Amino acid sequence: MPKPLQASTPSDREVRVVRSFDAPRQLVWDAYTKPELVKKWMLGPPDWTMSVCEMDVRAGGAFRWRWRNTVDGKEFGFFGTFKEVVALSRIVHEENYDPGDIGGPMSTEPAIITTTFEESNGVTTVTVDMLFPSKEARDGAMASGMTDGMEMSYTHLDSLCAAKAA
Amino acid sequence: MNAAEHLDLTFAALADPTRRAIVARLARGEASVQELAEPFDLSQPAISKHLKVLERAGLVSIGQDGQRRPRRLEPKRLQEAMSWLERHFEIWEQNYRRLDALLEEMKREASTQKRSRR
Repeated sequence: MPKPLQASTPSDREVRVVRSFDAPRQLVWDAYTKPELVKKWMLGPPDWTMSVCEMDVRAGGAFRWRWRNTVDGKEFGFFGTFKEVVALSRIVHEENYDPGDIGGPMSTEPAIITTTFEESNGVTTVTVDMLFPSKEARDGAMASGMTDGMEMSYTHLDSLCAAKAA
Repeated sequence: MNAAEHLDLTFAALADPTRRAIVARLARGEASVQELAEPFDLSQPAISKHLKVLERAGLVSIGQDGQRRPRRLEPKRLQEAMSWLERHFEIWEQNYRRLDALLEEMKREASTQKRSRR
């Protein structure tokens, strides 16, 4: 079983996440760039599905991701543009937060996300570098992600309890 | 100081490569300012300045060992910062575990296709 991800803060505007997968680079690349595959895993906590997953993976191409809560129907998402695409090795995209119905500030300036894929002995390591326009933007994104996560877990807990009580 | 302010100080302190190297050095054991200055090719005042930032963030403390005043790593703040990051990325890790499963499925499909082509 692969080791859990490693997160670090290389500077006060950046966050880096590194995770290895026990699969060749071609498969990991496909899972990251084909919408029908992305929809299968990029789901977040239980009770969330990807309601929109559009990706035109080439330099200048647009993407739109939206998630929907199957319990209360609330949605949020990300959208932006691919800046650089090097098949099997590197994707740079600009990402904007769309608060949808769950709130939080709409981002004024996008975060720049660089995803790199490296393979060694059949293991592919994916490094995600997130560069935010400011320290405040980074901390805000991290903080809201965390609270959303907790809120989502609580929603899940609520629905479990409700199911048990019924 | 509240938890969020502590985190601000910790992350600001760790946003500098020299200070991260000092933390990495102290993780191997306590060291004097002079010992810390040597490998970095920095003056003692420059190292002291970095150490002050780390001390303010609670990442480093000053010990007392006879005449020596060795610097020590205080792991508590570091752990707080790490667990904060980990909590945030719990959702990512859930995604990644789903991706592990999907990749296993894709690997199986790829090997079936290879076999049927033969």
